[in-house]
Amino acid sequence: MAALLEVENLRTHFATRNGVVRAVDGLSFHVDAGETVAIVGESGCGKSVTSLSILRLVDQPPARIAGQIRFGGRNLAALGEAEMRDLRGNEIGMIFQEPMTSLNPLLTIGRQIAEPVMLHQGLDRVAARARALEMLTLVGIPAPERRLDDYPHQLSGGMRQRAMIAMALACNPKILVADEPTTALDVTIQAQIIDLMRDLQRRTGSAIILITHDLGVVAEMAARVVVMYAGRKVEEADVATIFTDPRHPYTRGLLGAVPRPGSRGTNTRLAEIPGSVPSLIKPLVGCAFAGRCPKAGDICRRAAPAWREVGPGHGAACHFAAGAA
Amino acid sequence: MTGYILRRLLMTVPVMAVVALFVFSLLYVAPGDPAAIIAGEQATPAEMQRIRASLGLDQPFVPRFARWAWNAVQGDLGVSVFSATPVSEMIVQRIPPTLSLMVLTLLISIVVAVPVGVVAAANQGGWIDRLFMSAAVLGFSLPVFVVGYLLAYLFALQLGWLPVQGYRPPSGGVWEYLSRLILPALALSGGYIALIARIARSAMLEVLSQDYIRTARAKGVARQVILFVHALRNATLPIVSIIGIGVATLISGAVVTETVFGIPGLGRLVVDALLRRDYPVIQGVVLVFSFTYVLVNLAIDLAYTLLDPRIRY
Repeated sequence: MAALLEVENLRTHFATRNGVVRAVDGLSFHVDAGETVAIVGESGCGKSVTSLSILRLVDQPPARIAGQIRFGGRNLAALGEAEMRDLRGNEIGMIFQEPMTSLNPLLTIGRQIAEPVMLHQGLDRVAARARALEMLTLVGIPAPERRLDDYPHQLSGGMRQRAMIAMALACNPKILVADEPTTALDVTIQAQIIDLMRDLQRRTGSAIILITHDLGVVAEMAARVVVMYAGRKVEEADVATIFTDPRHPYTRGLLGAVPRPGSRGTNTRLAEIPGSVPSLIKPLVGCAFAGRCPKAGDICRRAAPAWREVGPGHGAACHFAAGAA
Repeated sequence: MTGYILRRLLMTVPVMAVVALFVFSLLYVAPGDPAAIIAGEQATPAEMQRIRASLGLDQPFVPRFARWAWNAVQGDLGVSVFSATPVSEMIVQRIPPTLSLMVLTLLISIVVAVPVGVVAAANQGGWIDRLFMSAAVLGFSLPVFVVGYLLAYLFALQLGWLPVQGYRPPSGGVWEYLSRLILPALALSGGYIALIARIARSAMLEVLSQDYIRTARAKGVARQVILFVHALRNATLPIVSIIGIGVATLISGAVVTETVFGIPGLGRLVVDALLRRDYPVIQGVVLVFSFTYVLVNLAIDLAYTLLDPRIRY
């Protein structure tokens, strides 16, 4: 079966005063129907730009999107703006990190959910309102009839994120792009939102691209994981393999930085990855991670590592990927 | 809400009292003697003394102010030194032309300035933006009387499309009424359009960078709808505020405009009164102007609650 969404050699470059920032630089991955793929990495690795590029929500210029984003037989990177608008909120829904600021403060919740329905499905005001009510009920907002006419400031953070999800799913999209959907929320609310998203996915069968730096969320939700570093994919595998047999030192570093109950003494320091993300303006020679990598050798500083398949559906961009973990 | 309105109306009392005191003192210390003007050049000192006494000008400051203020509260603003008509009557007569001029100016300004600001913001840095903002600088810097005379010269004298000056009440026909207001309103709107357009532009730029605009785009909303529905609504608060603040400029502009176009409004009344040192009239008109300004800004604060559900008093 062909993949639902296929990203191939995606490059999103931003022209800035100081030079071209290669936020995403040759990223490839795919998403099958109904599947959850997590894109993980630290701040500035290009995961958010990737999600925005899929919906073409980065401004061009200053950005320039190149490569292929194949969805439903079309290349989104080359699609006209009007056709792109027809896809957004319709076949591809998106939710954002900040439920506090991502909703329009002057429009009622009901109107904001009804808007894409009226736009894409041609429903009239009354029918769209009924659909909005249905969606609010679906995402588990108490007293949904009353909430329809509430404004965002009258809802708590968790409720607003539920409303965002209701809005993104109102047109039954084939893919939901979730950019750090739980980052801004309290831990208990995070768990509720993750449960909700899993539950909705089971019911609606939509695929999810989950952008996150939270490996806990990845373990809870994802089937496959793409690890990004400095605008490139450094490792990809199914979720179990990523946690049990990571091959790229960066992936290992990310896993090492997560506290685990019981696995270590309470006084041990968490392993951190030394250094910070390299500048995306200067051209990279060799492996982007070499400067921070405990295993880096001469070859890493000289030559960029090629993508190596190390198992079924498991690959890494590391010269030493074949070596034992 | 009703409580808030009452409190705000109550607060206008001390504001107006301060304004009254200020206006009164200013004229008290201003040079020039109305008695001398009324009595004429041949008057004897005794005659002038009699006139002063009849106007109460020989009394000390405090009782004079107290008497004037007490009467003003009751709606009696005194009698014109010059024409002996009650000031309140003169003011009421002059309100319609000034009000018409201001309302028309306000309409023209909002209708032009808001779209200009939105379009400029949507094309930030582009040639449309630069053109509009250069025009705004021009609108600011050209004085009302220059624009007024230019418009009158071009559209009234050269082209003959509109009357040069004057005022007709609306009872004499809509076109008779409107045709005499168009040029003055256009002259007066220049600076006001520039002011509102600039604020509208910067408010829109601020709003367009917000997360919820990105959300609207992610839903597939068209650009025009984003601009005029999602963004403009959020930009209305600063725009409405500046409209209120601008009413002050509008009032002083109306004084000049009415003089240029020979409109018998409050502006002309106050200018004539100033030239004649007709104190009761000057005081009355300035009080009315101040009161209008305070009321307009109260109305705008109340409008906030309609525009933004987060604001509740």
